[in-house]
Amino acid sequence: MIMLAYLTSPKFLRSALPGASFAFLLLAIFYVQPNAMSYFGLNMMLQYSVPIALATIAQMFILTVNDLDLSIGAFVGLTASIGATLLADTPLLGVLALAGAVAGYALLGALIHWRNLPSIVVTLGMSFVWLGIAVLILPTPGGTAPGWVKSIMALQLPFVPFPIVAALVIGIVVHLFLMTSSFGVVLRGAGGNARAVGRAGWSLLRIKVLMYAAAGLFGVLSGLSLIGLTSAADAHIADRYTLYAIAGVILGGGEFVGGRVSPIGAVIGALTLTLTGSFLIFLKISPDWQIGAQGAVLIIVLALRALIKRREA
Amino acid sequence: MLNKKLMGASALALALTAGAAIADTSDKRIALSNNYAGNSWRQAMLQSWEKVTSAAVAEGVVAEAPAFTTAENQVTEQAAQIQNLILQGYDAIVINSASPDALNGAVKQACDAGIVVVSFDGIVTEPCAYRIAVDFKEMGRLQVQYLAERLPDGGNLLEIRGLAGVFVDNEISAGINEEVDNHAQFQIAGSVHGDWAQDVAQKAVAGILPSLPEIVGVVTQGGDGYGAAQAFAAAGRPTPLIVMGNRYDELLWWKEQKDANGYETLSLSIAPGVSTLAFWVAQMVLDGQDVPQDLTVPFLQITQDTLEESLANTQPGGVANVEYSREDTMDVVAEN
Repeated sequence: MIMLAYLTSPKFLRSALPGASFAFLLLAIFYVQPNAMSYFGLNMMLQYSVPIALATIAQMFILTVNDLDLSIGAFVGLTASIGATLLADTPLLGVLALAGAVAGYALLGALIHWRNLPSIVVTLGMSFVWLGIAVLILPTPGGTAPGWVKSIMALQLPFVPFPIVAALVIGIVVHLFLMTSSFGVVLRGAGGNARAVGRAGWSLLRIKVLMYAAAGLFGVLSGLSLIGLTSAADAHIADRYTLYAIAGVILGGGEFVGGRVSPIGAVIGALTLTLTGSFLIFLKISPDWQIGAQGAVLIIVLALRALIKRREA
Repeated sequence: MLNKKLMGASALALALTAGAAIADTSDKRIALSNNYAGNSWRQAMLQSWEKVTSAAVAEGVVAEAPAFTTAENQVTEQAAQIQNLILQGYDAIVINSASPDALNGAVKQACDAGIVVVSFDGIVTEPCAYRIAVDFKEMGRLQVQYLAERLPDGGNLLEIRGLAGVFVDNEISAGINEEVDNHAQFQIAGSVHGDWAQDVAQKAVAGILPSLPEIVGVVTQGGDGYGAAQAFAAAGRPTPLIVMGNRYDELLWWKEQKDANGYETLSLSIAPGVSTLAFWVAQMVLDGQDVPQDLTVPFLQITQDTLEESLANTQPGGVANVEYSREDTMDVVAEN
């Protein structure tokens, strides 16, 4: 009885929803396209979820401190462009440029905290700056990804496809840092109750700078993993990632405010988004309906969550 | 006469190879991966694909040939789409690509899985793929060459460009400028961006006209000629020689002018039916025939003599089109 009560409690349902929707989608795909149920199939379908998962984690860091990042897609495009040009031709300069990009993100966090600016406005503006720099570095699509990036992304692991291992590693590492370490509690507290954390003697400026820098770092990883897959870059390569990343965090059980996030949920959210696209193609839904159908999947999951939330209240 | 005999001979050869083709590719599946469907050209392209491939499926030439379009014009989405098509075990994938380079990873995976990849219009640079490219520079050069023929005295030209920053716009414009440099009698007096849309072109031309001297010719990129004509008329200036781009409204306007005052010009663009050329190339490769890795698409030119016929065959709001048959495709392959 207690077990059943636990299983139907809103708290459990809430944390199980991301995993359940992912599993449901995966089973539906296996049913429609049995070929997908193989090492090769899973590898192909989930490959592109690695850069999306990394971008989603970047967005999650920003959401943790109650901000919203509308520039992550353009930023990933920039890091991809740097990766396919500077990093490949002059590795030292490339590393410096990427480090500079992360430092830029950290400065942005400082600026937003210092002047108490709305993050949406600042990051929206910055998205054009990132895109502009990316176009300057790579005016026409092209470049080549460094060999080592390509070989990492083409890794063939025994038994379990690389994208699944990568997703697990990303989710667990960030989970350990943000959800179980005592410093992680402080970081999330800055989103939950900034004043209390400030009174307890923590520097809110440093927390914001740290979170923005972490977001920048994951943005760099996202861009590099992306060119590892495509082998060339394009300044516009990741324009959609801004929305994917927000949708991924929210699908994974995160909230826009209150420091309420879940790294493992966010990674599962990113995987779910990737699978939605595959599912619609396997179903042979007409192109005219695919955009709407993708939105419908999002709305269904969010509606389920709203139902659970009502019971919670 | 000789031509006729040759055609007879090649028709016989075709009949033989076509018979073989039906036996060889009837169980093959060819998919179209398309990155964008948001304008009349792309819509016509998809319709042509649907029309020609459904006939081919009905005749048993191939088993299946569905079209897939990504929701937004995004590289990552199309790469994932191609991977899903690989998983579904298609024998060939025909691609109109969102990027020349960034799909190479997915294209290579398809080739490694033994899938024939044919790219057209938006081509991919991965060496294992077939490319049906458009020589956009030539499209620019042809316009200036035509103007030089019609206007031996030369004069000032107005250039209407496409969408800034897009590869196609740069190429056509480069072709135009190269050829203008070769013809000393022409100068480009002004250049505006019409974004391949009549309303944008009309506004842009109306904006620059007051600052321009007399214009004898307008070089365009397609989808902007009618707007330019309207702007000249509204400003009360004489209509120059405007090169058209095969759009219905452009052809209709040209027809009205032709009937009223004998206006004469040239219209050229790429037929959206090039998707069907790509389909047949994929089928021929699957059939084991020798096809060069790089092909160039012929332009669809409409002249004073073919205007009425082209106009009658073009839907209001559409683009003049030709669909390729297997025989036409063999001709194109032979010419390349």
